[in-house]
Amino acid sequence: MKLSQLTIGKKGIIKEFTDLEMSVKLMEMGCLPGEEISIQRVAPLGDPIAVNVSGYQLSLRKREASTIILQ
Amino acid sequence: MKADLKVALIGNPNTGKSTLFNVLTGLNQKVGNFPGVTVDKKTGFCILNDGRRAEIIDLPGTYSLYPKSKDESIVFSVLADRSNPHHPDLVIVILDASNLKRNLLLYTQVADLKIPVILALNMMDLANKSGLNININLLSKKLGVPVVPISARKAEGITALKEAIAYANRFALQEDTIDVEQLAPELISSIREEIHVENNYYALQLAHQHEYLPFLSPQQNDRIETLEEEHSFHSQKSQATETIARYNFINDVLFDVVTRKEHFAEKESYSNKIDKVLTHKVFGFVIFFAILMFIFQAIFSWSAYPMTLIENLFTWLTSVLHKTLPAGPLTSLLLDGVIAGLSGVLVFIPQIAILFAFISILEDTGYMSRVTFMMDRIMRKVGLNGKSVVPLIGGFACAVPSIMSTRTIENWKDRMITIMVTPLITCSARLPVYTLLISLVVPNRNVWWLFNLQGLAMMAMYLFSVVSAVVVAFVFKLILKSRERGYFIMELPVYQMPRWKNVGLTMYERSKTFVIQAGKVIIAVSIILWVMASYGPGKRMEQIDQKYSNASFTGKKSAEEVQRLKATDQLENSYAGILGHAIEPAIRPLGFDWKIGIALITSVAAREVFVGTMATIYSVDGNADKLDSVMDKMRNAKNPETGLPVFTFAVAMSLMMFYAFAMQCASTVAVVYRETKEWKWPVIQFAYMTVLAYAASFITFHLLK
Repeated sequence: MKLSQLTIGKKGIIKEFTDLEMSVKLMEMGCLPGEEISIQRVAPLGDPIAVNVSGYQLSLRKREASTIILQ
Repeated sequence: MKADLKVALIGNPNTGKSTLFNVLTGLNQKVGNFPGVTVDKKTGFCILNDGRRAEIIDLPGTYSLYPKSKDESIVFSVLADRSNPHHPDLVIVILDASNLKRNLLLYTQVADLKIPVILALNMMDLANKSGLNININLLSKKLGVPVVPISARKAEGITALKEAIAYANRFALQEDTIDVEQLAPELISSIREEIHVENNYYALQLAHQHEYLPFLSPQQNDRIETLEEEHSFHSQKSQATETIARYNFINDVLFDVVTRKEHFAEKESYSNKIDKVLTHKVFGFVIFFAILMFIFQAIFSWSAYPMTLIENLFTWLTSVLHKTLPAGPLTSLLLDGVIAGLSGVLVFIPQIAILFAFISILEDTGYMSRVTFMMDRIMRKVGLNGKSVVPLIGGFACAVPSIMSTRTIENWKDRMITIMVTPLITCSARLPVYTLLISLVVPNRNVWWLFNLQGLAMMAMYLFSVVSAVVVAFVFKLILKSRERGYFIMELPVYQMPRWKNVGLTMYERSKTFVIQAGKVIIAVSIILWVMASYGPGKRMEQIDQKYSNASFTGKKSAEEVQRLKATDQLENSYAGILGHAIEPAIRPLGFDWKIGIALITSVAAREVFVGTMATIYSVDGNADKLDSVMDKMRNAKNPETGLPVFTFAVAMSLMMFYAFAMQCASTVAVVYRETKEWKWPVIQFAYMTVLAYAASFITFHLLK
């Protein structure tokens, strides 16, 4: 399942990435395989989204979220 | 002033780095440029407890040594290049204690470069509140570096930090973090040998970043490139492996350093509660527009008083100097050229200071990232970015500080488009021009009971400017090529109270930069304009002198009137007047005559000069503030050939369209150059805006004629 498919408030564990370039940036920001991630809220217009990961809040676009595969 | 010790301050964004920098250096700081790049360099001095002077350099906030924006790329350059004048003897890494894990990534990278490091642990109170216990001694022991808990906001722990700086080792004693060599063993050893690098991680970073490092020679660059190919080095794969290894190390370190408090009930954070309202589907936008309206109002109403004060001060200064200095061309140059130009710059300080106070409050509290979050989707559609909202709003006050604030946009294309369209937004300098022209041709009466026709016309001009900015942005989106893939991965920091000291410092610094940068250009242009408007070809001027000294000509007129007529005649025959006549054929299709031509030329430096020039040309005793009398003169102005009024509805509308689009602002040109460091961009901007202005004017005039 992709992170972009997760519903608000639900948690997931990051498994892997589909895009190498994006994964390098996401991992630096604390989105690592094995890390718990949850969707906090969606922007009023439906994109981007805000997630909780590694103890802080991160916002990313849905397209970027779709490169994160959950366990 | 020479420093005994050079200290670099680095850390993630939103960790309180600038606050710590301000606490350490006070007003003892200066902003410059790193040679060759646009990145601002903030340095300051701090006197240590033993009396030595430490130079503190504030490096841009970054999450890792692998740069994502132009600002960030300077960090590795400064840390790596030993011949760089800012190469530090010591690095202070500031960490957000409530989020140690992500913050330590940058530390482990810096540590592996083997530069002496001190850790400053900020926001301990926030960590405690969220139920975290941090064993500082254990952290220090495990990493092998001094760890100093501080509160930058409350200025606590600063003495201890200064002590740590004073006692810091000259040699890096920190423990190794990860096995760097294993990431690319052969490549690292070859680079170490051939480029003469001692440090493994430095060698690896050279492999990753060599294309962007100014201190490498072209030969070294080529050599590294060849070595990379030989050892089939894949930069991104290596980076991914490295990041995972680093986080493994960090997890091991933090495992017994950070513990969760027992019986700590996890309750919803206050930040989350605020977000539920501020980023709400409906209220989110309502609140955002309410805040915008408030800022917009404040910029206009709060600045009115200080602006008048500055104007009066200059009027007073000019009149005093007029009395004390001997009359002559030098005095005239000083008063009508330099001081007039200077007052034109300084009068905008209140607006700039207020705008920047609001922007820094919005940024400090964390609200700005929420606005970005909410607006990203709309802005992306027209080639902008969520972060473009801030400069566009600021554009209503003044494009100059707004263009300076585009630096927060990482994506090159998004930032360029924002810079290119910001000057289209109706700024405060257009206000006097619109006011004059609208009151000239739009009747002052109400429609539908409560709407004033003139007010509606003004509002239409504001709306029109937003629409044109959006349309032009869309066109640039299609033309400009992206240099990098656009993405939007951004931290949403926890809400905090604004730090008033920071707000004050930002106001002070931005105003100072504005005065110095824009001031130079404005003064130069106003001197040139003064010369052109005061002097003309010798023969013509002599003829005028003769004409007015002739008693039969001046006989029945009062001395004042003679002076006025003479000034008008002189202006027409000055170089500026000749220029006005020269460009008349070009602007005639827009409905303008040579007098408007002069105003167009003089207001190239600043739009508001239009009113003053109109006043001079229609000989209103030099007092540009008497709008009524300028208006009367303009209303009565007749075309000498046809005898019809010059300022018809069509001409006034055409003029307003011209001012809506034309880039008549030397300060903006200067600041666009400063921000892009290439003349290409201000030239393109000037060209496209002039073409649009001409076209819009032409169409308007011919439709309404």
